[in-house]
Amino acid sequence: MEVRVENIRKEFERFPALHDVSLSIRSGELIALLGPSGSGKTTLLRLIAGLEAPTQGKIFFGDDDASYKSVQERNIGFVFQHYALFRHMTVLDNVAFGLKVRPSSRRPTKAEIRERASKLLDLVQLSGLEKRYPTQLSGGQRQRVALARAMAVEPNVLLLDEPFGALDAQVRKDLRKWLREIHDQTGHTTVFVTHDQEEALELADRIVVMSQGRIEQVGTPDEIYDTPVSPFVFRFIGQSNCLKVRVANGEIWLDDRPIGLPAKDEAEGEALLYFRPHDIEIRDGCGGCIAGVVAASRRVAGTRHLELEIGNGHALMEIELPPERAAAVDRSRLAFRPTKWKLFRE
Amino acid sequence: MAAQTRKSWQFRRPSVLPGFGLALGVTLFWLTLIVLIPLAGLAIRSSGLGAAKFWALAADPRTLNALRISFGTAFLAAILNVAFGIILAWVLVRYRFPGKRIIDAMVDLPFALPTAVAGIALTTLYAPNGWIGQFLTPLGIKVAFTPLGIVIALVFVGLPFVVRTVQPVMEEIDREVEEAAATLGATRFQTISRVLLPGLAPAVLTGFALAFARGVGEYGSVIFIAGNIPYVSEIAPLLIVIRLEEFNYPAATAIAAVMLILSFSLLFVINLIQSWSRRRYGYGA
Repeated sequence: MEVRVENIRKEFERFPALHDVSLSIRSGELIALLGPSGSGKTTLLRLIAGLEAPTQGKIFFGDDDASYKSVQERNIGFVFQHYALFRHMTVLDNVAFGLKVRPSSRRPTKAEIRERASKLLDLVQLSGLEKRYPTQLSGGQRQRVALARAMAVEPNVLLLDEPFGALDAQVRKDLRKWLREIHDQTGHTTVFVTHDQEEALELADRIVVMSQGRIEQVGTPDEIYDTPVSPFVFRFIGQSNCLKVRVANGEIWLDDRPIGLPAKDEAEGEALLYFRPHDIEIRDGCGGCIAGVVAASRRVAGTRHLELEIGNGHALMEIELPPERAAAVDRSRLAFRPTKWKLFRE
Repeated sequence: MAAQTRKSWQFRRPSVLPGFGLALGVTLFWLTLIVLIPLAGLAIRSSGLGAAKFWALAADPRTLNALRISFGTAFLAAILNVAFGIILAWVLVRYRFPGKRIIDAMVDLPFALPTAVAGIALTTLYAPNGWIGQFLTPLGIKVAFTPLGIVIALVFVGLPFVVRTVQPVMEEIDREVEEAAATLGATRFQTISRVLLPGLAPAVLTGFALAFARGVGEYGSVIFIAGNIPYVSEIAPLLIVIRLEEFNYPAATAIAAVMLILSFSLLFVINLIQSWSRRRYGYGA
């Protein structure tokens, strides 16, 4: 189901957690709320769920104004970071809980409930563990039970709060892929909160980048990574370098030298140049480039990261090169030029 | 229980935690000195009676009635304490209100107050002309000098046991578990009855056992309010004292032995239920 958040504001005892946030979630999409801690992403999720009430603004489920509906009425599925399973119930009873507590008019028969719960356990690949108790399961298994439990009520929207946050790296990776498959099979509109950009980039159809109670950018992983709209998004997603530069005569200047980057339509004056460590080219001679001394070098997976000291009090620049290329450069004077970059004004 | 017995037989069990032998030694020595030797004296005394005589003494109608009253009232009081103790603990854990700390401290008063004082105070209150008793008498409810009075006295002394065992477990309840129930469509009532209370069951059971045990053994407060009418409101501990004062030691020993056996088996069963539920749900595991 389509979910729309309109001009939501949320304060906790006068402390604003969300400022005027609007977001439209399309039916059937898998969308990530991404941001550092304190950015308001979990608050937004809990507002959609109805676990918090907005200070101002409205939330629509389809065309229904759900702003003042209780959690129970919203019919959502929520998965908590620490699973929140009922530990005195078996796995099967946990999954069946949402159906069992329905008023008798809407409650399926016992046999149907059993069947649906078993089917869901099948879907999350836990059949055979119906009779276990949550304490007898591993973290990954518990989270899958939690997901099956949330899906059992056929929710309008599935909300996941850092679903993989408490799991170790390998399990997290497996579950990520698996969640994508489940989503493609069931087609539930799904919103998940994460602070892990890799998770968001890999898993989501669209990403909502949040910072300090505001939405910075909404877009597909490609849009977010390739065309960040703010310095925050540039810094927060992936690696980036930031350099204080000046725009003059339709060119970008570093201190007193042009660095060979045109800036035709930019206003003159101070600016911040952002570029990614891998969006660069090494220059041999230097008619317009950034040059520096290699201060440190690290091997990271398939590439080598070099840190350059460029002098004049500028921060260290980080660039990425293929290892064999990095071995061949002159470490006492390395010149390069960004191939893709973006200017932001302070 | 069975698992534990097996463990203690393997004295040379290698373990990274040192001091098992010493700790077990101290434990056994202390238990023997404080609990086992006095109780063994009781067992020896009563076994000296011979089965027939023991049985005759234990099956005496007055004794049976006293035991019935003791265990019955203790059971009822423990049930009441469970019901209200849970609510009390809930209020203390969940809400913030002025005077909360004072109420929290008041819960422990029955621990500290001499039970005789409690008994006298309760008797004064519930006597037919007492503050509360005067309103109950016209309704035909007699509290003081009846088994009902005994229940009230036992509720008083047993209250802290339930509150203090349930409270810490309640504090540990994850808010998220309640929220999870709500997101799944459970009403508040369903959340409490199906999710929260079952989760508290082991702690409640412990509190019940403690309150019950305390009630069975209680003497000081009860004898003032009970009226101590044989066959009606005479509790077993009092009967033991009466027999002692009559220098009828065999009868006193027999009653004591029966109480001991009953109490121990009840507590043992409760313990079994608990260790079973612990294994199952992983509480404290």
